[in-house]
Amino acid sequence: MAVMTYLEAIADGLRQAMRADPSVILLGEDIGAYGGAFKLTKGFLEEFGPSRVIDTPISEAAIVGAAVGAALVGLRPVAEMQFADFISNAFNQIVNVAATSAYRAGGCVPLVVRGPCGAGTHGGPFHSQSVEAYFFHTPGLKIVMPSTPADAKGLLLAAIADPNPVLYLEHKALYRSQRGPVEEGLVPTPLGTAAVRRTGRSLTVLTYGMMVHRCLEAAERAASEGIEAEVIDLRTLLPLDLETIAGSVERTSRVLIVHEDRLRGGIGAEIAAYLGEHLFTALDAPISRLGAPDTPVPYAPPLEAAYLPSPERISQAMVRLARW
Amino acid sequence: MGADRIAEGGEVAAAGAAATLAPGELARMYRYMLLQRLAEERVVALYYQGAIVGACFTGWGHEAIAVGAASALGPEDAAATLHRDLGARLVLGMPLRYYFANFLGRVGSPTRGREGNLHIGGLGPRILLHTDYIGANVPVAAGAALGFVVRGERRVAMALFGEGTLATGEFHEGANLAAVLRLPLVLVCWNNQFAYSTPVAREVAGPLAERMAAYGMHACAVDGNDVLAVYAAARAAVDRAREGGGPSFIECRTMRVRGHSEADDASYVPRALIEEGRRRDPVARFEQYLLEAGVLTAGQVEAAREAALAEVDEAQAWAEASPPPDPAELERGVYCEGAPWP
Repeated sequence: MAVMTYLEAIADGLRQAMRADPSVILLGEDIGAYGGAFKLTKGFLEEFGPSRVIDTPISEAAIVGAAVGAALVGLRPVAEMQFADFISNAFNQIVNVAATSAYRAGGCVPLVVRGPCGAGTHGGPFHSQSVEAYFFHTPGLKIVMPSTPADAKGLLLAAIADPNPVLYLEHKALYRSQRGPVEEGLVPTPLGTAAVRRTGRSLTVLTYGMMVHRCLEAAERAASEGIEAEVIDLRTLLPLDLETIAGSVERTSRVLIVHEDRLRGGIGAEIAAYLGEHLFTALDAPISRLGAPDTPVPYAPPLEAAYLPSPERISQAMVRLARW
Repeated sequence: MGADRIAEGGEVAAAGAAATLAPGELARMYRYMLLQRLAEERVVALYYQGAIVGACFTGWGHEAIAVGAASALGPEDAAATLHRDLGARLVLGMPLRYYFANFLGRVGSPTRGREGNLHIGGLGPRILLHTDYIGANVPVAAGAALGFVVRGERRVAMALFGEGTLATGEFHEGANLAAVLRLPLVLVCWNNQFAYSTPVAREVAGPLAERMAAYGMHACAVDGNDVLAVYAAARAAVDRAREGGGPSFIECRTMRVRGHSEADDASYVPRALIEEGRRRDPVARFEQYLLEAGVLTAGQVEAAREAALAEVDEAQAWAEASPPPDPAELERGVYCEGAPWP
């Protein structure tokens, strides 16, 4: 085990995958000579050369489209969106070209599209978005979002090895704030498996990304009031690990869903609908959700802080639900 | 660099191409053009009989472009094709059976009834994904070309598309990427004058080839109803790409002589344009050339037509014998199952 930041763990995953498999290539804006907007691919050009670390124009549809084409002829491309917000420019290539390939023609598109997402770094409306819900609706895609350095590497390795198009969303506020043990070598975190980060009997908290850490902090506050929250890090959003979710909800009979993304039409709405349909009799209280309001992500610190669910608001919701 | 003019250039190039092609290769191109025409005639007939439940698009009048361009590719090269490019798929090795099975929505088609029309792609390493999003195929074809370069393979990728594609952003993103990375990509545009009902002047600003020459790629315009002119331009572009000379753009000028689909009577197109386009029919023209040049005798032309008709009959019968998909298969294959079908 080595100790790494979340950003170092992503870089290590990319580096190990590239060393192990010459068909893994990187495409993106400013990733080569400059080393990436967050310096995540610093040194990659020197180690792997310009034919595998490909600086592209500011052209997200071309980046993802070219990655699809390269995947079709046998490569395993990892395409970088400099900020996940810009993935909207590649929407057609992801949703209509890559994601439908297997269903329409049996053609496999082993492709990873990764990009830094999320708020908390004062990026404003176009450098702070959570984009997962736009793609959650699409059959043929997988979506992952790690919250720890270990998963940042493990999920990336699994995404690169997967024969399907995978969106790998990394939270930029975790890049240097999270530090922890990471497996050396090529140890993947299996896709489609959630992780229980904290056990508890009072309620189940379903969350992912940066909110995992806020939920864990909130759970400590709630514990001082005698409430023991079980915090589940979904890790893979598509496909969801419904087995782990259901197992926990059956034990606790109370569910709080917390995500940074907007509530309306978010991942939590689908989970709530699923639980209402399939585990209604296991529930002792209404399903609760916390997330962002229906606004773009604002820039100024007071607005941005109010936009994001805070540990305080999460802990209040935990207490309210446990006492319902 | 710069755009060659269509005028005399086309015929000179065509004459040069004819001189480099063996009679057997010329006969082979004629066979594929005949197959496209006869198969599309059959599908149109099936459409009017009600046997085809979805829309019906053909590449009627585009045979010289589809066959001429694809014939210039080497045995390891790949192409991204669209709904008017049946001949190109046949040249690249797609069995004609798939064409009928896909239109009829049968499990024998590579899409197993998930797609209709000529929306067939993802067939092995040579026929890249098909999508209906005009323009989306161009970055994908550029990516295939990039993949060849990364692996040090001397292979070439081609994309075929209509002139309306030049109005899309994805086309230009793909063309720009190919140009800045000097990728081995050949862009073959069938300028058939109308994108659905919109004439080219209302669709694309400026002359097409001149516009693409500004990307620093070789660009030319040829008579798209002359299979040898298309072949000559495509062959030069494929050779240039293979030698590291970067991408090329070929505007193949033709006329869409039917509606956008069979549901469209094309009443918005001046009749004279359609009649002129039909007079310049690429299949009849090539047939006449082959007879006059002594490549084929009248008897051989007749035999080729009969052989092609027999292939069409066989392919249609095979497709009709293939069962419709089982509704139990509805949710199968959303994610990769390993090898492509079938």
